[in-house]
Amino acid sequence: MEAFTRLDAPAAPLPLSNIDTDQIIPKQFLKTVERTGLAKGLFYEYRFDEQGVEKPDFVLNQPAYKGAGVLITGDNFGCGSSREHAPWALLDFGIKAVVSTSFADIFYNNCFQNGLLPVVLKAEQVAQLMDEARGGNHVVSIDLENQTVTSPSGATFTFEIDEQRKQKMLQGLDAIGETLIAAPSIDLYEQKRALDRPWLERA
Amino acid sequence: MRPMSGKTLYDKIWDAHVVDTQDGEAILYIDLHLIHEVTTPQAFAGLRANRRAVRRPDRTLAVADHNVPTEGQALGVDAVADLEARLQLQTLGKNVEEYGIEYFPMGDIRNGIVHVVGPEQGRTQPGMTIVCGDSHTSTHGAFGALAHGIGTSEVEHVLATQTLRQKKARNFRVRIEGEPALGVGAKDYALAVIGQIGTAGGTGYVIEYAGSAVRALSMEGRMTLCNLTIEGGARAGLIAPDDTTFDYLKGRPATPKGGAWEMALAYWKTFFTDDDAVFDREIVLDAAQIAPTVTWGTSPEDVVAITGTVPDPAAAETPDKRASVERALDYMGLTAGQPITEAKVDVVFIGSCTNSRIEDLRSAAKIAEGRQVAAGVRAMVVPGSGLVSAQAEEEGLDQIFKAAGFEWREPGCSMCLGMNPDKLTSGQRCASTSNRNFEGRQGRGGRTHLMSPAMAAAAAIAGHIADVRDFL
Repeated sequence: MEAFTRLDAPAAPLPLSNIDTDQIIPKQFLKTVERTGLAKGLFYEYRFDEQGVEKPDFVLNQPAYKGAGVLITGDNFGCGSSREHAPWALLDFGIKAVVSTSFADIFYNNCFQNGLLPVVLKAEQVAQLMDEARGGNHVVSIDLENQTVTSPSGATFTFEIDEQRKQKMLQGLDAIGETLIAAPSIDLYEQKRALDRPWLERA
Repeated sequence: MRPMSGKTLYDKIWDAHVVDTQDGEAILYIDLHLIHEVTTPQAFAGLRANRRAVRRPDRTLAVADHNVPTEGQALGVDAVADLEARLQLQTLGKNVEEYGIEYFPMGDIRNGIVHVVGPEQGRTQPGMTIVCGDSHTSTHGAFGALAHGIGTSEVEHVLATQTLRQKKARNFRVRIEGEPALGVGAKDYALAVIGQIGTAGGTGYVIEYAGSAVRALSMEGRMTLCNLTIEGGARAGLIAPDDTTFDYLKGRPATPKGGAWEMALAYWKTFFTDDDAVFDREIVLDAAQIAPTVTWGTSPEDVVAITGTVPDPAAAETPDKRASVERALDYMGLTAGQPITEAKVDVVFIGSCTNSRIEDLRSAAKIAEGRQVAAGVRAMVVPGSGLVSAQAEEEGLDQIFKAAGFEWREPGCSMCLGMNPDKLTSGQRCASTSNRNFEGRQGRGGRTHLMSPAMAAAAAIAGHIADVRDFL
């Protein structure tokens, strides 16, 4: 996983609430056995018409936002299915952070497994970023170490994030390796479980 | 945190599975890991790249469900026409063989939708922790198991360690009390709850369902209710196990037998919420006040009683909400104020991990019996597993459906998510027993109305969304 420390990137405004993972990456792109190459499916039905032609009015199709690295969006982003293809597609497209007032649980977790930073801000702060992102200068700076988002006009907002998650994100740490440090505890638990709940062991 | 109060069902399952804590995060032991073809290839690739083994292949079970066509399954994976789907199914076959994981492949009578198969095999048991790379894993909470969906990185983590790193959620109790009206059941309860709390209302919580109306539900009904918990934003739903649970489990292939059954039963009976436990949030619904319910829009919270009308965006509380109602009406091809029963349907889909079990098929067959699907409507029934299909055929339900003009298909996720040949085409309206009415979920431009199996059968007969009570 790539570490996330600081990001200065154009931000794209997507002012919709409850954007579900079916919108982020529709089912026809879930048949891959790879983690990469999903950018083509990102927001597919927003970006392309039924003939596969780009819809020019969709924000990520506008020249100013094609290189967006941050998405500013509405409440409950990422609701619905558990597909990790959603963060994979965002990252593959070049989006490294999503700013919203709230995220759905499973999506939020999946972001941290992949180095995509979900930033929760207050409604009025998201609204201000959304407004500014519509303007000529729409470069937003995110500093994970100091937990701040700085708007194009220079307004700085602080965000909350779980300390452990922050540290792992800053270092790009792999969760499995860390858990395996506790392997002796897992061994012990399994021994006790085999005694207490023997019916769960294969005969 | 609350040292003086008792424990909730969730607290008890949680406490019984904490292996260790690191940096304030619990390492939670996982008793059962269900896997399928769509969310696992990258996890196995990750294991391989890091030279890691599967820690407990015996606590892992694989099925093929999302991608499989619902006909011609006897021909096997190599006959799947969609090459990408075929590769994904072949990849799963290769992975389970390499790592020694039990697998019910396409065509095996035990195969079916992962959330139908686990309970049916008796793999799902009270007091367990269960995960799967699928958000509807919440279904298994019907047995008093802590069960929820995970992403692919977490699938890899569970394969490698048989544990999951978790922060504890808060406790939310939903009580549904009293007697429902005729024609009202678990699906209507679930839609009513989501309508009340909203799709993000359960975010950060585990929901326990309680109350006399929940106790009165069969295991199939309880699975429907817990299945839809994720649509209200909570990752897991729970119902304390009772005699209904134990009767369902007895004699299933993976449930303990003889003395081990007695031992397991004694253990399972410890999983209930203490009288003095405190919930962070609680709501109470009166079952008698819940009508047969359907969705009108593109979010599961967009619910309306069958006697109701499509909402007016002008009545929305905020400009954002107004815009989202307008967008949904436009997508759905509906007009504000229109009675929902005016919506004509093109397709009826009875199936999915929400509603494809034997009781669901029985309730739909009761409406279909001796009647005919309306002209121009394509109606399909997709049993949740090969075993559900076989039982339905033994009871003659397939004959009832076929005589009424329904297609009787082979098991799988089918039209719930449009990852296989069963899809809506643009503009088609579908009465569906599935779980998500998102834009494009059942096929690009498809319009989904969620409802119970009996209501879907009624819509098939009437040719439009209809009140099941007119058919009882």
